Amino acid sequence: MDVPAVAVTADPLDIEPLIALVRAAGDGAVVTFAGLVRDHNQGRQVRFLEYEAYEPLAVRALQRIVDEAKGLWPDARLAARHRIGRLEIGEASIVIAAASPHRADAFAACRYMIERVKQIVPIWKREHFDGGDVWLEGATADPDDEAARVKAYRTACA
Amino acid sequence: MRVTVRLFARLKDLTGAGELIREIPEPATAHAVWNTLVAEWPALREYEKTMSVAVNAEYSRMMATVKDGDEIAFLPPVSGGNGQCAASLQGSPSRT
Repeated sequence: MDVPAVAVTADPLDIEPLIALVRAAGDGAVVTFAGLVRDHNQGRQVRFLEYEAYEPLAVRALQRIVDEAKGLWPDARLAARHRIGRLEIGEASIVIAAASPHRADAFAACRYMIERVKQIVPIWKREHFDGGDVWLEGATADPDDEAARVKAYRTACA
Repeated sequence: MRVTVRLFARLKDLTGAGELIREIPEPATAHAVWNTLVAEWPALREYEKTMSVAVNAEYSRMMATVKDGDEIAFLPPVSGGNGQCAASLQGSPSRT
């Protein structure tokens, strides 16, 4: 069965299938990342988060990041799943797995992936807190913004 | 010609619609489609500087020409978050 490296899903996320997907006999390292729903943000008591995606473009953007990472770390393999819908405190909104023959590349590729996700993947979160709700807005998504790409790379390799 | 407009997150809240059909004279750019929305919902205008645009689920530009049947999506800034490292070398365990 051909399991895609990236996906956007309303189902709960599990890191194990992603590890199985990326690991190979020549690997010396697998680095995983899970982004979690935190119970507080900017002094507010968070009740839950609601994620919304432009799904076809989100999948393409995730795949684009995997391809970018392949260019930077040719020996590494990446996979990622982003969740949408209502997420409770403690649940994972994103999981990423990066495998490589050596740990430095696996750490860097994993970090690069999450930094780029925050820049260019069209997924939005609405925070529901005690007393109201608010859309959290960060970066203007522009995949051709070279400065953003370099920033993600530098963060990954810091 | 007829195009489909997709709106997300706060833009969807402002208009009350995630998907709209718009008739617009040819030739037209994504920007022209946007202007029809701003005429209807002036509160959208402030998003022009920070949003992104996609045509048929590919990132595009406001000046891009759109065709009959295209899907034009206007995307507010994506969800961001703090990726800064909070550690400081001051106060780290001494090696002596």
